[in-house]
Amino acid sequence: MRQRIARRLSAAWRTASIPVLSTALALVVAGVVVIASSAFTGNGFQPLLPVGAYLQLFVGAFGSTTAIGNTLVAAAPLMLGGLAVGLGFKAGLFNIGVAGQFLAGAFAAAVVGASLATSTGIVAVPTAFVAGALAGAALGFIPGFLKARTGAHEVVTTIMLNNAIGFLLTWGVTDLVRAPGFSFPRTGDLGNSALPILLGRNLHIGVPIAFLAIFVIRWLLERTTVGFQIRTVGANPNAARYAGMSPLLVITFTMALSGLLAGMAGAVQMLGVIGFYASGISANVGFDSIAVALLGRSNPIGILFAALLFGAFRAGAPLMQITTSVPVEVIDIIEALVILFLAAELIVRRVFRIRAARAVPEEIATVTRTWGEQVAR
Amino acid sequence: MNERPPALEMRGITKRFPGVLANDDITFDVRAGEIHALLGENGAGKTTLMNILYGLVSPDTGEVLVDGTPVTIRDPSNAIAQGIGMVHQHFMLVPVLTVAENVILGQELLRGPFLDLPQAARRIRELATQLGFDVDPDVRIEQLPVGQQQRVEILKAIYRGARILVLDEPTAVLTPQETVEVFTVLRRLQADGAAIVFISHKLEEVLAIADRITVIRRGKVVGTRRPSETSDVDLAVMMVGREVLLRVDRGKSHPGDVVLKTEGLRVKDDRGHEAVRGVDLEVRAGEILGIAGVAGNGQDELVDALVGLRRPAGGKVLLGGAEITGAPTRRIRDLGVAHVPGDRQRFGLVLPYPVEDNLVLTSFDEPPFATGPLNLLRNDAAIDEWSERLIKEFDIRTPSRDVRAATLSGGNQQKIIVAREFRGANRLVILDQPTRGLDVGSIEFIHRRAIEKRDAGTAILLTSADLDEVLELSDRIAVMFRGHIVAIFDAAVAERDRIGLLMAKGGAAAA
Ligand SMILES: Nc1ncnc2c1ncn2[C@@H]1O[C@H](COP(=O)(O)OP(=O)(O)OP(=O)(O)O)[C@@H](O)[C@H]1O
Ligand SMILES: [Mg+2]
Repeated sequence: MRQRIARRLSAAWRTASIPVLSTALALVVAGVVVIASSAFTGNGFQPLLPVGAYLQLFVGAFGSTTAIGNTLVAAAPLMLGGLAVGLGFKAGLFNIGVAGQFLAGAFAAAVVGASLATSTGIVAVPTAFVAGALAGAALGFIPGFLKARTGAHEVVTTIMLNNAIGFLLTWGVTDLVRAPGFSFPRTGDLGNSALPILLGRNLHIGVPIAFLAIFVIRWLLERTTVGFQIRTVGANPNAARYAGMSPLLVITFTMALSGLLAGMAGAVQMLGVIGFYASGISANVGFDSIAVALLGRSNPIGILFAALLFGAFRAGAPLMQITTSVPVEVIDIIEALVILFLAAELIVRRVFRIRAARAVPEEIATVTRTWGEQVAR
Repeated sequence: MNERPPALEMRGITKRFPGVLANDDITFDVRAGEIHALLGENGAGKTTLMNILYGLVSPDTGEVLVDGTPVTIRDPSNAIAQGIGMVHQHFMLVPVLTVAENVILGQELLRGPFLDLPQAARRIRELATQLGFDVDPDVRIEQLPVGQQQRVEILKAIYRGARILVLDEPTAVLTPQETVEVFTVLRRLQADGAAIVFISHKLEEVLAIADRITVIRRGKVVGTRRPSETSDVDLAVMMVGREVLLRVDRGKSHPGDVVLKTEGLRVKDDRGHEAVRGVDLEVRAGEILGIAGVAGNGQDELVDALVGLRRPAGGKVLLGGAEITGAPTRRIRDLGVAHVPGDRQRFGLVLPYPVEDNLVLTSFDEPPFATGPLNLLRNDAAIDEWSERLIKEFDIRTPSRDVRAATLSGGNQQKIIVAREFRGANRLVILDQPTRGLDVGSIEFIHRRAIEKRDAGTAILLTSADLDEVLELSDRIAVMFRGHIVAIFDAAVAERDRIGLLMAKGGAAAA
């Protein structure tokens, strides 16, 4: 028994070690950046500044029940978005379109939510939520279908769709669904469609939904035959074809499901936090999701922890800025460094003297795959 | 008398993997100008020993000496610096790069900051001429037949200055002619004073080329012999620890109805050339039809078309009278067709998956492995039980059913596929190079199982680059040459020489 647990732990450490150490290294290097830049501020050179800043960051993220609530609320869309990207990685797909699918989900949830603002919550909330999810799924389906049908690479099509959908929605909110009575184009108030608050000031029902999604996707991948097909297509598309699976069908389905999760992220953020759609709402979640999926090694549980970490960064950063005047943008630096170290794993291995892994992790392989390589058709 | 220390000596090498003692106190040496063969069952530990030598695996204990001096080899670059070269069991070439680019990879020849490819190509051409084979440095690897790729691997090692050359099953994928050519190269290297370690499962090859033969069983050295003082039967006993039938008695076949029939089948290869040019074949229930042919004469494309991996350009495929031309793989499998693919790592296995998942790769969504609505749920209990049974029945050497297939030895990977595809009652089994890389004991076992299947009324189509295997197993033999079936013989009257001639020259020779 004890041996089994020990084996489990060592296996877990083998997958988690690089992400954990990459994060640690990123914090250190970002700290150096903070120290260096402190020399150019009014307060002069402050070698201990990062310690104070990280402390405040921590307090801002976990220092009170409100802080913890903020962290969870910030983590919820990242969990869903991270799952969207991670699921794609499992099938060997790089869905950069989460940003666009997120916006589509947010838009649909806002429009449907506003139109049901006066219905009872029990109807309005699920309908608006499902509308957002389906909008994301529809947008994810397009690149999946194109790849299956024509071989168009999903990286290209999703990036283009990100731009296209952004403009399309701006037109939509300006000319089609603009709510009267506001000085700028936006959708109407959500009223009863807003996600119910469960705890404190802002901990909405989207948080447990995101946790649930983590376990549903894990179950799908590990316990179902559909998940087996997704993983097989990702790990060896030739063997998938040989075994009688249809990689084209699997790819289309996976992209649609990935879009669905991204749409859910948009819906959660819209119905739980933002409240209305207006041109220029932040789609940062879409890009943070890629970082979350990479840091989580495209494993649902890993994504859970990665999303909580990034959620904590986002939730704690304002306090850090107010009390130590280290700007919130440091979080972006940390995030970029984490990805850098994950991709350049060798640096981390050198610093911490870890032996080389036997294989390149699948998500890194997917991201770095040459564009000439296509799934055998 | 011989004062000089051996070019390479490995002393007391021990390596334990979780659950397996792969090398157990192995001591082994090779002299300059000597070819020393390593022989042993699948999973005996040959590749592990050589990986230790090449710095890919670190030993638990033991030391390596080069020219009598102890050396530490931490990674392949140390090994290369010590003059050790390795041709791996599974090719390590980059398919989209040219021969020259592959050869210089990691040892780039520079002019200023730029690659000097023309200069490299010139050196490669010189080296190739010295070794006595011609290869165009500017063609891409993916355009070369495997035999040539093998020689590029050797060239790569020599180019890097290898004096100690390890070849891990270099002939497993070669035709007899290609093997002869590789042997010529090896003899030339030997004459130049290279020390060569040669791993093979083909006893006659080992007896023909080696100066000494060391047999390993379950990680331990069983003994070392000279070819003059031993025989194939002897070696087989040393390897397996029991008497092995080097030839299985195939008995009489009782052919029934036609199961598989092709009519004027035409199939194109990846480059759009017609590789199969109007093939008419019939395989009956209860018979084994063997297709003999030099690799690259359309066998791969033929098999691909039969199992739905490639859409035929013309003609018909009939299974039990029903047309399946161009049907999807899924449907063909559901109609009772099993397939052991020729390229096990590309098609037959998902290497990062555990052994058990690979054992249900082609039946994962059928009961009892799947349950619930639409067979959506995975049934671990059934998969576990099934895997345990197949592992035992097919003697797959693995510490457990949940280690990754990638960690198994090459031969044991092949056994996973054979075990999976021989399951249950099939109408047709297509065997493409079924025993490539298997040890004599396993070959005997698989041949027996194939004959049992035949006697149970299954139709079997066999293609193999190994003419002996085709001759041994088939009830009828078709010879394929440049996309045509140029002759079909009854096995009882087939003559080896005549078939060999037909394979090499096609119909012209028959006249
Ligand atoms: N990286 C690894 N992790 C765990 N076990 C391993 C690993 N590499 C090899 N093994 C185990 O070590 C044993 C020896 O394997 P090895 O590849 O050396 O056999 P081999 O003699 O080359 O066999 P074959 O003729 O089939 O190629 C096998 O039982 C294999 O499962
Ligand atoms: Mg081996």
